[in-house]
Amino acid sequence: MNQRAQVSKGKAMLRTFWKYKALYLISLPGIIYFIVFKYVPLLGSVIAFQDYNIFDGFTGSKWVGFDNFTRMFAHYDFLNILKNTVLIGVYDLLLGFPAPIILALLLNELRLVVYKRVLQTVVYMPHFLSWVIVSGIAIGILSPSTGAVNHFITWLGFEPIYFLGEESWIRSVLITSGIWRDSGYGTIIYLAALAGINPDLYEASEVDGANRWRQTISITLPSLLPTIMILFLLHIGKFLDFGFERVFVFLNPLNKENGEILDTYIYSQGLLAQQFSYTTAIGLFKAVVGVIFIVTGNLLSKKTTGESLY
Amino acid sequence: MNRKPTAGWQVFNGFNLLFLTLLSLAMLLPFLNVLAQSFSSSEAIVNGKVLFLPVHFTSINYQYVFSDMAIWRSFGVTVYITVVGTLINLIATASLAYPVSRPEYAGRNVVVIMVLITMVFTAPLIPNFILMKNLHLTNSLWALMIPGAISAFNFFIMRSFFMQIPSELIDSGRIDGCSELRMIWNIVLPLSKPVMASLGIFYAVSHWNTYQNALYYINKPALWPLQVKLRQLIVSEDISIDPNASQFSGLAHMDPEGIKMATIIIATLPIIIIYPFLQRHFVKGMMVGSVKS
Repeated sequence: MNQRAQVSKGKAMLRTFWKYKALYLISLPGIIYFIVFKYVPLLGSVIAFQDYNIFDGFTGSKWVGFDNFTRMFAHYDFLNILKNTVLIGVYDLLLGFPAPIILALLLNELRLVVYKRVLQTVVYMPHFLSWVIVSGIAIGILSPSTGAVNHFITWLGFEPIYFLGEESWIRSVLITSGIWRDSGYGTIIYLAALAGINPDLYEASEVDGANRWRQTISITLPSLLPTIMILFLLHIGKFLDFGFERVFVFLNPLNKENGEILDTYIYSQGLLAQQFSYTTAIGLFKAVVGVIFIVTGNLLSKKTTGESLY
Repeated sequence: MNRKPTAGWQVFNGFNLLFLTLLSLAMLLPFLNVLAQSFSSSEAIVNGKVLFLPVHFTSINYQYVFSDMAIWRSFGVTVYITVVGTLINLIATASLAYPVSRPEYAGRNVVVIMVLITMVFTAPLIPNFILMKNLHLTNSLWALMIPGAISAFNFFIMRSFFMQIPSELIDSGRIDGCSELRMIWNIVLPLSKPVMASLGIFYAVSHWNTYQNALYYINKPALWPLQVKLRQLIVSEDISIDPNASQFSGLAHMDPEGIKMATIIIATLPIIIIYPFLQRHFVKGMMVGSVKS
């Protein structure tokens, strides 16, 4: 491109800017918001490579390279918490991820339309309760002395179980409460995909003599696969990002050993104990692992099923 | 579809119906249990007599909660951030999404990518905290409303909604000499009531349930939203019931469990009340969102 063309292109650009200056002006606060509240903290993550001191700031603090990261991997607490996070993530992937798919398939088989509506209304609702409320309900019904669940257990003749006071139960409680709260809501997207399946497919398969089970395997599931794949990719991207609130509201000193995850550790060691650089290193580690999972998952999915996020 | 019901199919139908009914009961019953306990006397709760109906009906737990000024204050904080915060959300999201949805906005892809990147890369907690501290936003209610002013996901939903507004409509407005702001007010906004309602409800629910940011950024009890106060009540082993609070003649019959349950019900009630309205909108909102992703 010669210089004159470039100049006139620049001029045209300026003219568009000027002509629609109102649009640019309106969008400015939003752009500033993203820069200040999303990009500045991203840059601020450099303190992971510093011995950050709040009085010296970013410029005055000493650079320490990868010291915080080596410290992380040498730390017993960190390794145990990483193990917890991975385990809880895996359980959630194995149990929590398929739950809405199964629920959607079952709801879809229900032919009583009005009753189906009623059930849907009920199963969607818990999603709108905060984690604090969910934990309040759970602590209430699981309480060893006053909880309904333990009264049922003792009625059956067993010893009451202190679900939230024993580290052996905390992971089950975390996964179950997650399924209780979100699996119903998660069905919405699958039910929409199910409603989009061409009914001719079922009729044709019927002519060929396929029964309902066969239809589910050969028509319904393959039609759901793209949706499942996309949601799966999004899910594994958040593999180490189980959610702070969801775990924090269930933690207590008695179940911490098995229940503490990276997010809650970052909060207690970072904000409360003020180990700014160390916990930022952990946060950065978590973010990088998340991105690696998304990219690898996407690549594998593109190769095998052709579905991808981008 | 006229599929012939075979025997196996009917057995499956029966089981399916039973299973789904039990499942939805599992969603509902814990809640009923909490409701029943909140209206029951302390002996009934401790002896485990309360299942799904109140035993020795009493409203004393509610009386106690309503007499607690701290809970009222938290309630006020939550109402305030829900109303003001949601307004900020909608204005901020729309004022970025609308320009970027117009084809005449050169550089819209730059903005879209900028937003997209923040969905993949999120900064760790501490840099966010330092930023909030440097901006002097900690220990103020702004800390609960500003950091989440625009959700990237909702930005994309709103943008794709605005993109469906025909350009001809906007262009004809421009030819008639309508200013950009007037056009947004008189043409764009009336057309986007559905998306505003859906996203407004999403934003409002998240403000109502806000907990994490308050925990991070606020340590003045006077500024605690309801969820933080509620959490404090739930974990405290025994709520210190003031023995001098003479207006409670039946104080001896109170149990912290009942008070906790009453507070849970009060914090949940607004969600339950708007739920029918909510449900109408979130399915739609979710659909638009899924088309996008």
